[in-house]
Amino acid sequence: MPETVSLTALWWAVIFSGFYHGVNPGMGWPLAVSAALMERKRRAMPKALGLLAVGHFLAMIVILLPFTLMFFLVDWEVEIRIGAGILVMAMGGYLLINRRHPRLLARVHPARLTLWSFLAATAHGAGLMLVPIYLGICAIGADETGHLAAQALMGSNIMTAFGVAAIHTMTMTVSGGALAAVIYFWLGLRFLSKTWLNLDLVWALSLVLVGGFGILSVYLGH
Amino acid sequence: MNLRPDPTFHASPKLAMQAPVENYAFTVMLSPDGTQSDGIAVIDLKPDSDTYGQIVHQVIVPNKGDEFHHFGWNACSSSLSPLSGHAFLERRYLIVPGIRSSRIYVIDVKDPLKAHIHKTIEPEEVFEKTGYSRPHTIHCGPEGIYVSTLGGGGPDGTEGPPGIFIMDCETFDIIGRYEMDRGKQDKHYDFWWNLPQDYMVSSEWGLPPQFENGVVPEDLLSNKYGHSIHFWNLRARKNIQTMDFGENYQMALEIRPAHDPTKSYGFCGVVVDTTNLQGAIFTWWRDDDGVWQSKKTITIDPRPEKPENLPPLLQGFEAVPPLVTDIDLSLDDRYLYVACWGLGEMHQYDVSDPMNPVLAGKVELGGIARGTKHPNGKEFVFGPQMVEVSRDGKRVYWTNSLYSTWDDQFYPGEEGGQMVMARVGETGGFELDKDFYVEFPKGLRAHQIRLEGGDCSTDSFCYPSV
Repeated sequence: MPETVSLTALWWAVIFSGFYHGVNPGMGWPLAVSAALMERKRRAMPKALGLLAVGHFLAMIVILLPFTLMFFLVDWEVEIRIGAGILVMAMGGYLLINRRHPRLLARVHPARLTLWSFLAATAHGAGLMLVPIYLGICAIGADETGHLAAQALMGSNIMTAFGVAAIHTMTMTVSGGALAAVIYFWLGLRFLSKTWLNLDLVWALSLVLVGGFGILSVYLGH
Repeated sequence: MNLRPDPTFHASPKLAMQAPVENYAFTVMLSPDGTQSDGIAVIDLKPDSDTYGQIVHQVIVPNKGDEFHHFGWNACSSSLSPLSGHAFLERRYLIVPGIRSSRIYVIDVKDPLKAHIHKTIEPEEVFEKTGYSRPHTIHCGPEGIYVSTLGGGGPDGTEGPPGIFIMDCETFDIIGRYEMDRGKQDKHYDFWWNLPQDYMVSSEWGLPPQFENGVVPEDLLSNKYGHSIHFWNLRARKNIQTMDFGENYQMALEIRPAHDPTKSYGFCGVVVDTTNLQGAIFTWWRDDDGVWQSKKTITIDPRPEKPENLPPLLQGFEAVPPLVTDIDLSLDDRYLYVACWGLGEMHQYDVSDPMNPVLAGKVELGGIARGTKHPNGKEFVFGPQMVEVSRDGKRVYWTNSLYSTWDDQFYPGEEGGQMVMARVGETGGFELDKDFYVEFPKGLRAHQIRLEGGDCSTDSFCYPSV
């Protein structure tokens, strides 16, 4: 029974993380506003959101898939989850110390939204933030399926990775898109700078927190 | 780092126009012969203040012979670029280069009345990290602070072409050269860009030996100053097109793109057409095929004058050339101000149709062989030169010095620094304000003006005015 609860909680965490990434201007909602304004077409906004979503989705998958393969080493599950937790905390720690904006992003052409979104998500460790949650879901799945063949287990983990990335990206796009639409249709550009909050510190702390949770859950859960 | 974007960052030019008006101006004070230190004057612009129109603070640097010229902010409205996601820089520091010394001062103006030097970058660091010298125009953009230079390496700045280098906008460390492929560009002056459309435009004055000791008449008459502008792929750092106005269009200086980022045009001022001594403004634009085009849209005629009234340099021509040395475009892209430093006139053109500018107003002040006095009865030395327009477009400020050695050639025997202001009428036209007249300390001349919170030649906007 407690395991079903925690599985639900983990999927909610995936949804919440999507919402959280979506409202962060660093993940691109201001680009959707500017696309609609620059092209003077409303439909430029959903198009921009779509391109940003593709980039974000890819950034999630690129991080999650290697962990799917690692689960092949099912005996090392605990070590992998602890290692992943440390990695995520380290990324958070790095972003805490290095509060500078990644200059690489400044070199991307403003129209290449998918590339920009992919790089922005990767540079900020957005994919890493999902890893402990994802591994938590996989661990519960592995326990439930018991002694399934490793191959079948991996297949199910890959499905889970795509599911996590898809649901996360969908929530991200809906929340970021809602913010962009409210500014574009109702509030106006003046509120662009007013709603723009510095989330750098909170973001870095979130990574530390999620990484710590990942490690803790190894000991508490299984 | 702030939690919210700096309140002086504006998403669009229109929002910047609606923002609170400027309280202070920062103006360059330069010693023409290097006997005094240069500095930045802080001028009170609050009309209800007891010290309105007075220099209320001075930042005097410890060195001599820097020759301040142009300067700019560490951060501006470009920080709100949707690509950055980190709009939390502060508009707090003025980056002030010496074009004679190649030294750069970073001045903290958070409290304008206590403005002070925050950091000094010595010339050796500029030479070593960039191979360029004589830093000039400052703009804040995607990769940090961009600084144009007028000289290359070596003692006279002719070893290699001049170019642009990039500085970190927080630490003020010099990162390195901007250009990856400069194409035909071998001289430099001004540059500006359109950030969402990802293009940059740069212009040409001349190499250091052509200006440091004064204008070289033989070079001018043989059309050896710059007469081309260059279009760049901004983020790829590549020259994509060089446009030659024609070799008689000597000294293509200020680049003023339309502020609204949906527009793909702008202006460039040419000091003198050597075939007829006219001053000229070119409108440049991108055509439907993506190719840059240009057309001369404004010409200003010289004024005939008796040789005995003219400085030796001009006696043979028996005329006063307009000498278009600075231009500035209001934030609504409606009025272009054109300084005719030789004639002693400031022109206001309605450029609502950029291909057909219409003269909307004119102010006479100073000038070669004319010396029109200010409405308050005082002298205005030299002619109208560096011009800056308030964000709301209602006040136009200007000073009088062009460049130390050139002042002495065109206005021999004159000395002084002044800053004045004209008020713009509701339907165009503009008139000098009798009560605004700043006299600079003895022995110091005045050059570029920056307005607190940004002005019409500092901020780059990433969203259109809607």
